[in-house]
Amino acid sequence: MIDAMSSTQQILVARPADDHRRQSGRRPSWRRAELLWAAAFAAPYLTVLLGFGLYPAAVALWMARQPALYAELFAEPLYWPTVVNTLLFVGLAVNVKMFAALLLSGFFMQRRWWIKGLLVIFVVPWFIATVQAFISFHWMLIGEYGLIDQVLLQLFGIDGPTWFNDRWLALACNIVAYSWKWLPFWTLIFLAGRRAIPSEIMDAAAVDGADGVRRFTLVSFPLLANLYLVCTLLATVWGFGDFATAYFVSGGTPVNTTNVVATLSFRFAFDDARPAIGVAAAVSALPVLIPICLVLMRRLQTRDMQL
Amino acid sequence: MTASAAFAQPRRRRRLFVEAGSALLGLVLFVWSLTPIYNMFLIALDPEEGEIEFDGNIWPPNPSLDAFWDALSQEARYLEAFWLQFGNSLYIGLATMLLTVVVASLASFALGRLRSRLTPLLANAGLAVYLLPASCLIIPLYRIAHGYGLADTKWAVIGAQVAFAAPFAVVILQHYARLVPTELDEAARLDGASAGQLYRHIYLPLMMPALALVAAFALVVAWNDYVYQFVLLTSWRNTTVSIMQAQLFTDTDAEWNAMMAAAIVYALPPLALFVALQRYVTRLTG
Repeated sequence: MIDAMSSTQQILVARPADDHRRQSGRRPSWRRAELLWAAAFAAPYLTVLLGFGLYPAAVALWMARQPALYAELFAEPLYWPTVVNTLLFVGLAVNVKMFAALLLSGFFMQRRWWIKGLLVIFVVPWFIATVQAFISFHWMLIGEYGLIDQVLLQLFGIDGPTWFNDRWLALACNIVAYSWKWLPFWTLIFLAGRRAIPSEIMDAAAVDGADGVRRFTLVSFPLLANLYLVCTLLATVWGFGDFATAYFVSGGTPVNTTNVVATLSFRFAFDDARPAIGVAAAVSALPVLIPICLVLMRRLQTRDMQL
Repeated sequence: MTASAAFAQPRRRRRLFVEAGSALLGLVLFVWSLTPIYNMFLIALDPEEGEIEFDGNIWPPNPSLDAFWDALSQEARYLEAFWLQFGNSLYIGLATMLLTVVVASLASFALGRLRSRLTPLLANAGLAVYLLPASCLIIPLYRIAHGYGLADTKWAVIGAQVAFAAPFAVVILQHYARLVPTELDEAARLDGASAGQLYRHIYLPLMMPALALVAAFALVVAWNDYVYQFVLLTSWRNTTVSIMQAQLFTDTDAEWNAMMAAAIVYALPPLALFVALQRYVTRLTG
């Protein structure tokens, strides 16, 4: 077996070295005029980032600078349940969704007409606007007259639960809705990543007698690992900022037990007119977000990531 | 003969098993993807104000397109200004899409060709935007918009959306750019092409598939948005479809069918873009 795998490994080893040689050196050094060009090209991006991203972020940190705010925040009865919800929501929705997307991208690699057609249908949820889709989810799941419970009753004779009467069921609904919305997007990204793997690597592995599972664990997964990590971290960061799911799908029901940090900080700031504590609620997510962003920055610096 | 047939038997059985498995998975994905959309049609096709939700129907008993007509002719309550709102949404969506593509492609071109100590700083500046949850930035942005003279303007929303979409767009573009051979632009540079010419005539054409993906991403980000629009746009003439639908959502007395019909109409522009860009996106995904 060790001997048999060697041709795959040769290609795997040969490629990064090859890339490395191409990227280092041989690039004509930039002259001053060209540096000016580069600065001019980057200027619009930096302007938007500063004006609408970094400056508001700095203002937010300034607004939430007083330790007393956090004492007040932690004493809020809604805060700790919301933290639990957020961690559950982000942790489950992101990881389940990303892993499913990784596996499904393998399924969609098959070049058969019906799978290609299915991919088009599968991508549609990503193009349906969030607000509308989540309102539809809300009605689909509301009480015993919603579509889901009616289908369960009429087709299968099952008495479905009242989804939004139970905190954990309502949270599960949020997680499913959020995954429904974003699964196609990440599947497409992984699909593009898989297509970028040169076919000779997969062919070599097949010739060496690796079956589907082995090809996945030994060849495609190691090659996709960096992409997978980067995407998971990005999805986590975006998951923390997600407002629409908790606001529209469960609507915080039953009685404010399914809020996430995003909806809670919105509620503090705009419904209760306490902007500082609203910002503090969001800033309290920083201990989780800073390490994620640091890993993300490091990972994106590595040269051999493929997409 | 018999020996080879006996050998082929388990293989054929395994093949059949795999076939059945992928057909089943296909069916599950089909139902998973379309159920919420089916629910939208179920409500929209009901002639009786969408009360169907509470009658326990799982298919439309007497489907009619009345609700679509009510929405498009702005006759339903709440939908008096549907086309104005649709226009505002479209304006925000298209401006976000174009600006993101322009800003991110310029930046990624500079990053890809610029080898200096500033490069990582520039690349990381974008990701720093993701440090604070997006819905948290809205609170300071609400104040800052006044300072910028952008209070209650679409440009405040557009700026915020571009700031959110562009860093990811730069990540995508940079990684796709690594797959594009650099020989061509080195040759062009030796021929004395300026950076502007390189960008226009070499970088942009080669990057089309990734640019299409980025454009679709930016449009969908803007199309999905509710919070920024709700907070930053306050006057009636600036309301968008998202704001209107969220408002309707909280009214138990609303005409659900017209609202869902409007939601289906609202879903069309991104789908049209998807169809238009499919040629490029499939070059990425095969």
